[in-house]
Amino acid sequence: MKLSSEEVKHLALLVHLGLSDDDVERLREQLSNILENFEILQKVDTTGVEPTAHCIALENVLRDDVTAPSLPSDRVLANAPNREEDYLKVRAVLEQ
Amino acid sequence: MDLFRLTAHEAGELLRRRETSSLELTRTALDRISSVDSQVCAFVTICEDQALHQARLADERLKNGNTTPLTGVPALIKDNMCTNGVRTTCSSKMLEDFVPPYDATVVEKLRAAGMVMLGKANMDEFAMGSSTEHSAFFPTRNPWDLSRVPGGSSGGSAVGVAADEAFYALGSDTGGSIRQPAGFCSVVGLKPTYGRVSRFGLVAFASSLDQIGPLTKDVTDCALVMNAISGHDPRDSTSLPVPVPDYTQSLVPDIKGLRLGVPKEYFVAGMQPGVTDVMEAALAKLGQLGAVIDRDVSLPHTPYALAVYYIIAPSEASANLARYDGVKYGFSAKEAASMWDAMEKTKQFGFGPEVKRRIMLGTHALSSGYYDAYYLKAQKVRTLIRREFDRAFEKYDALITPTSPAVPFKIGEKMDDPLQMYLSDICTLPMNIAGIPAISIPAGFVDGLPVGLQIIGKPLSEETLLRVAFAYEQSTDWHKRKPLI
Repeated sequence: MKLSSEEVKHLALLVHLGLSDDDVERLREQLSNILENFEILQKVDTTGVEPTAHCIALENVLRDDVTAPSLPSDRVLANAPNREEDYLKVRAVLEQ
Repeated sequence: MDLFRLTAHEAGELLRRRETSSLELTRTALDRISSVDSQVCAFVTICEDQALHQARLADERLKNGNTTPLTGVPALIKDNMCTNGVRTTCSSKMLEDFVPPYDATVVEKLRAAGMVMLGKANMDEFAMGSSTEHSAFFPTRNPWDLSRVPGGSSGGSAVGVAADEAFYALGSDTGGSIRQPAGFCSVVGLKPTYGRVSRFGLVAFASSLDQIGPLTKDVTDCALVMNAISGHDPRDSTSLPVPVPDYTQSLVPDIKGLRLGVPKEYFVAGMQPGVTDVMEAALAKLGQLGAVIDRDVSLPHTPYALAVYYIIAPSEASANLARYDGVKYGFSAKEAASMWDAMEKTKQFGFGPEVKRRIMLGTHALSSGYYDAYYLKAQKVRTLIRREFDRAFEKYDALITPTSPAVPFKIGEKMDDPLQMYLSDICTLPMNIAGIPAISIPAGFVDGLPVGLQIIGKPLSEETLLRVAFAYEQSTDWHKRKPLI
């Protein structure tokens, strides 16, 4: 299938990925080409076939609820781009 | 002979006989890195001080006799496995300064075995790629021909081993990322059964396909590293709660009567004639060793594997990579008008083109109106591919294919055509789709460029794969050839 520039921009919006105009055009062309090649899948008869999400069918993996020490917050937060004490600092989510 | 040329098991034997020290091996490796890495660019980070410190500790341990076969042997870890206190970049601007506060389970296990970690290996950004050209830092070069790619995404790990910079390495394989570079660099690379090795601490790309495994100089080393890293891990709920055998027990050069199937779909158009010749010679050799070779094997859904893979892997990646929002860790765009603008710019400038392409592709495949046609359809064909392998393994102990349809390509050759790049994994993708193990071993050369032989087995049949690989290796000398570097 062929994607339009609007569809590419819409997808980018869904994942909050910033794109330049050049990116949009290049992705439109490349993704269209890739998706066209994937149409081959429609030829496969999958009537009555269950989907596979994981190859190894482990279900309900349980363990005892034992407390154990967590990593110290200072170490965990050491990679934070912006912090205040033991909090991550973010911009205002709701704007006026 | 130079110490850096030794295999991991040879180095380990010398250490335990006290004929060398870990400090000496580590210094040799660091010297080797400083003399060749500027040409091949396998390392993103070199941990000189830490490595020398770990070597001294290993020497203490060797003195006390509390050792494993890998104690004191210097290694290289792909840069998508978390290493406590050592930056883990995934070869991405997004994680350029990320220093994990903990070790991945595999790293923890190797440290417990006495690993000396020389550094972190270059890769395609977030393991997305087949050539290591998608590293945000620099491409890695193939030591057999510096104008060619080493394969990917574990290109740095394969090159580190092939160029004798490290005695062994860890890589990760989502669609061929251990085996394809192993084949391109003439080293041994094993993708274990899904769940055999813990993924805890491996930066997620496509969670239902990712698996960690060894890249080594020979099959014996592969078995030793598998012994060290395999096993159930309560921190990875997809790891298999089954006992781990001693893989070195499989190192017997006897494959008499073993049934080997050769699926014809892997030998079709697009394969380089030279690669066909190498495969014919390898099959003849396996036949001489007593294996029963059957060429009348068909896996008819193989041509759909590429589409299945490139729908499922990007879909999972688009979900996994949503976490890089510039808030908790990693690159964070500072100049932005609002929170949403900051997030968009963080991803725009933190991710490279291939990562963006896959996030977009996956988002499209999962989006409303397309989910059934792409993602669900791909999951159904995944079932058919898996069943097809199940049926084949009722008749065969293992399947034999080339690791790659062609020898290493030129740097830059496929960068403008993503689909051509994706096709270079055509022989390795189906095993990740089916969750089954496969190993690539050196099988010869075409005009001086390496060709890998792939041996594929049913779930948890790593022992059979190692047995076939070992028998073949012991009757050939491809693994002893070294690039002129």
